[in-house]
Amino acid sequence: MKHCDLVIVGGGPAGLAAATAAYDAGIRKLVILEREETLGGILNQCIHNGFGLHTFKEELTGPEYAARFEQLVYQRGIDYKLGSTVINVSHDKTVTYVSEKEGLQKISAKAIILTCGCRERPRGGINIAGARAAGIFSAGTAQKLVNIQGLMPGKEVVILGSGDIGLIMARRMTFEGAKVKAVVELMPYSSGLNRNIVQCLNDYDIPLKFSHTVVDIKSTNGRVSSVVIAQVNDKLQPMMETAEEITCDTLLLSVGLIPENELAGYAGVQISPITNGAVVDDQMMTSVEGIFECGNVLHVHDLVDYVSEESSHAGKCAAKYVLEGVKTKEFVPTVGTNGVRYVVPQKIRKDGNYEQISLRMRVANAFKKVEIAVLLDGEKIVSRRKQIVTPGEMETIVLKPELVEKVKKGSKLEVTLNVGGDK
Amino acid sequence: MKELICINCPLGCHLSVDDNDLANIKVTGNTCPRGVTYATSEVTAPKRMVTSSVPVKGGKVARVSVKTSEPIPKEKIFDCLKVIKKVKAVAPVAIGDVLVANVCGTDVNVIATSQAAKL
Repeated sequence: MKHCDLVIVGGGPAGLAAATAAYDAGIRKLVILEREETLGGILNQCIHNGFGLHTFKEELTGPEYAARFEQLVYQRGIDYKLGSTVINVSHDKTVTYVSEKEGLQKISAKAIILTCGCRERPRGGINIAGARAAGIFSAGTAQKLVNIQGLMPGKEVVILGSGDIGLIMARRMTFEGAKVKAVVELMPYSSGLNRNIVQCLNDYDIPLKFSHTVVDIKSTNGRVSSVVIAQVNDKLQPMMETAEEITCDTLLLSVGLIPENELAGYAGVQISPITNGAVVDDQMMTSVEGIFECGNVLHVHDLVDYVSEESSHAGKCAAKYVLEGVKTKEFVPTVGTNGVRYVVPQKIRKDGNYEQISLRMRVANAFKKVEIAVLLDGEKIVSRRKQIVTPGEMETIVLKPELVEKVKKGSKLEVTLNVGGDK
Repeated sequence: MKELICINCPLGCHLSVDDNDLANIKVTGNTCPRGVTYATSEVTAPKRMVTSSVPVKGGKVARVSVKTSEPIPKEKIFDCLKVIKKVKAVAPVAIGDVLVANVCGTDVNVIATSQAAKL
């Protein structure tokens, strides 16, 4: 068995940033394991622009953003293995992977960072009735077919879900000559950016139907021939009297992302039922000592810039763990209340030495004119006012070093919403 | 009068733009000054970036992604896409390589945004 200081599982944006930061913090024996034949992860198929505004102060496309981080990895001579799929991570930090070149391999590591990203929620995850016909794709699959392989999934398209991937694909399919007949959204609002609603739908007169869902899929000769959509009531149940049939040959599903935490599960890592990612402390260390997690496998991010930032931090902390070990047993838990659905990290070390802590969170509903307040044992220590918060936008509050010192002496940190205006 | 949704932040203000006199555009419905700037550029000279992908001959990958190096006038998007559809790149392709110069007379180039090494 090979030995390594640090194994990074996944060569997407999170893995690249984590590896670079760990190297810069003094780790030399590290390797990135990537199952695809290229580094860069999902960014390779996200050919639209709008990435990197925070990190590079310019708007890049996905492949360009990935290339900048890949360059940092190449410059440092960090080892990486492509076409290598990790099939197990054990509690004692042994990583098992398979590749065409090397067969079955095991590496024993001092630390592991899981940067496995997400997969898309499939049709079975939302139980749509109707035909099991050809022509039903997840939006990301369609994106890969069009952008990487140059194949068109269909000509007349309905998209279920108005998250950013669904919106981006509505424009992309239109660019390639398809007719996008409607984007159908269950909720009364979109979880996608306004910018994408305007520039991907409104620009091309694609109707966006809020509070609607797909209730039936019909087929002819094994291919989708139409979908039936209906309006939903305030309990999100379809009202069949509003049903309308739309002729199409393709249905794209953009109905949510699920963190890929099977490996974390094998290692015995505690998973949060809210984020579906690991429960981590402020170093991004999971409940298993020496196993870290960051990026979309930890919780779904809106912007890759935030993934890079979080993962750099995780890389640095993993390096520190390898070089110095860890003794933490006591934590201050963080909780979200009154509309704050979750807070990451879920706990803060009482004996840590660190500069600052970024608390990342999502709200459960859209609220206007709110204050996001951080309470330590009931007492407000910092707050931020916002014109609007929505479930689609991750919020961040940074705790400055002097506040962190205060937090370490407390017993519970609460992030809450004080709503001053209307919902 | 034109109705627009501001794209600067998640608030998404519904803007009403009085564009009868292009020298004196009036915007209402905005919460902050960025709404006025956005609405003015949208009614006078709306521009968009265009991104797509093209096939590569003799490359380790089948396609490279491309973009316009600058935003182009909105009404030229589909003309630009027609030109992009005819492009066949030849490996090696590096990020930033110009694949179409001065696309549709816009003074903007179509450039590669991913790379393709030679097979």
